[in-house]
Amino acid sequence: MPVGTAVVLPDSEQIQNPGFPPYRPRVSDLDPKKARSNERRIALLFAASMVGSVFAIVAYIVFPINANDPGSIRLNNLFLGLGIALSLLGIGIAAVHWSKALMEGHDLSEERHMTRGSEATRASAAEVFHLGNKESGFTRRKLVRNTLIASLALWPLPGIIIFRDLGPADQDANDVLRHTMWKAGTRLTKDPNGVPIKASDVTLGSVFHVIPEGLDDREDALEQKAKAAVLLMRLKPEDLHVSKGRENWNYHGIVAYSKICTHVGCPVALYEQQTHHLLCPCHQSQFDITHEAEVIFGPAKRPLPQLPITVDSEGYLVARSDFHEPVGPSFWERDHT
Amino acid sequence: MATSVPTSSRRKTGRRSPLASVALLLIGLLATGGAYAAFTTSASASTPASEQAQVSEGKKLFEANCATCHGLGAVGTAGVAPSLVGVGPAAVDFQVGTGRMPMAASGPQAEQKPTQFTNTQIAALAAYVGSLAPGPAIPSADSLKGGNVSTGAELFRVNCAMCHNVAGAGGALTEGKYAPPLTGVTAKHVYEAMVTGPQNMPVFNNLNITPKDKAAIVAYLQYLDSHPSPGGLDLGNLGPVSEGLFVWIFALGAIVVVTIWLTAKPN
Ligand code: FES
Repeated sequence: MPVGTAVVLPDSEQIQNPGFPPYRPRVSDLDPKKARSNERRIALLFAASMVGSVFAIVAYIVFPINANDPGSIRLNNLFLGLGIALSLLGIGIAAVHWSKALMEGHDLSEERHMTRGSEATRASAAEVFHLGNKESGFTRRKLVRNTLIASLALWPLPGIIIFRDLGPADQDANDVLRHTMWKAGTRLTKDPNGVPIKASDVTLGSVFHVIPEGLDDREDALEQKAKAAVLLMRLKPEDLHVSKGRENWNYHGIVAYSKICTHVGCPVALYEQQTHHLLCPCHQSQFDITHEAEVIFGPAKRPLPQLPITVDSEGYLVARSDFHEPVGPSFWERDHT
Repeated sequence: MATSVPTSSRRKTGRRSPLASVALLLIGLLATGGAYAAFTTSASASTPASEQAQVSEGKKLFEANCATCHGLGAVGTAGVAPSLVGVGPAAVDFQVGTGRMPMAASGPQAEQKPTQFTNTQIAALAAYVGSLAPGPAIPSADSLKGGNVSTGAELFRVNCAMCHNVAGAGGALTEGKYAPPLTGVTAKHVYEAMVTGPQNMPVFNNLNITPKDKAAIVAYLQYLDSHPSPGGLDLGNLGPVSEGLFVWIFALGAIVVVTIWLTAKPN
């Protein structure tokens, strides 16, 4: 008794391979005139391809790229592209049309080959290996074999060293990710011109894009900016919910937050001055500035780090210290110092 | 080095003379408290009669058209409309001049629409709101001219492009709010938006972006307006969204058509 639910048909009801449908002659098979006109059409397509090739060369010369005119690049690219497209499409379309309209049109099927070789083939393959081993002495000459393996193991090392050297050579990479240019007393200056900012400059509802003073004097200015970029905003002090220990991190409602998204590091700078929400343009994380930049939407996991600020004796905004945590996206060693 | 000639315009510690900080302090004081005092004390005394007439004309217009939400005396209504005391003539000129005010219906954001007032009426409204308390003034035509396009482009990329898109095509914000496209916006309105920070746009006061730099930003936007994309079809300058959609529809569509043609039986 069969137990499964499979349906087993008696032999008489097995579905037979119906084979190919009967060949339906094409117009070009029946009418030599049609065949000739197809032939002409294919030849015309090949000719169009030739025209396209020549046209591409001519266009490249006739529409030169003029350094002072970006429009000239467009013309040059456009006509060069049209020429090359015609030259390749002409060949391609002609070939397909040829095979469909004129070449032998009967359907045929090809059997799949056996994947396992015959016993004889397998034996002769093994024979080849044995012979190779005997002639080269690969297993007999241990010294040669072992030095070969060792040299193969060593050759990727230069590549690894070169890649490692893309990171900071004389410092601990973990350390580099952990600290930014900000130090106690570093002035907050405007991006891009480096003009220091007075607390009185920052009126309610303002937002300033900030870089640390002296950034442009550094050789690695871009690397530093990628970590130290800050957004400065002024809110009503009563709108800020300040947690314990951060009471003196803002200056009369002026707050500074890292601009580097804690998700994957895009610059977060879309500040809405009425809702005090900060939006990251890359994956729409939203940070609430009234609640110390806590994440209220999106894939970011941690609030933006806050830069503690105050003013110096001349009224300029300065950092109280570096950020108290690493800025930007997570990295392996982030949580163990 | 003391002997080196300063090449950039940045202020640096140690190079500034003590007089400079005094001068800066004075300017700061004048710009805030001083201006306030000067404005309020002398306003009634020295204002010519025509300006007085304009203010009272504006007051009438305000009471008829705006006071329902913004309250008599423009003090605002809690939860409905903000106080307009101190927003300055520039804010009125921007909001009313671009048709954003009066608002058609409350929504995430006041939309731009055809202006509902004549230029004289807008000027009167602006004069009235300006008479309540000092605030940003409407920029003079001269202050909008002669900006450096490449400076403007750099400032725009730092301060504006994250919301308004590097080509000024605008972009989405949160919960239905958006940064509007800046194509075709008049120089005056761009300037006024920067000084007043309409709706959710932050304020860019003259100490953050100087009037000269604001003129540069205006010049950059005008350059964008007068120089269409050199690459041809720009698909709205919206970047990967519109470009991706275009490729999705047209390139994939073309591949589907070719596939159908390849496998179709010839006749
Ligand atoms: S980088 Fe900011 S949300 Fe992804």
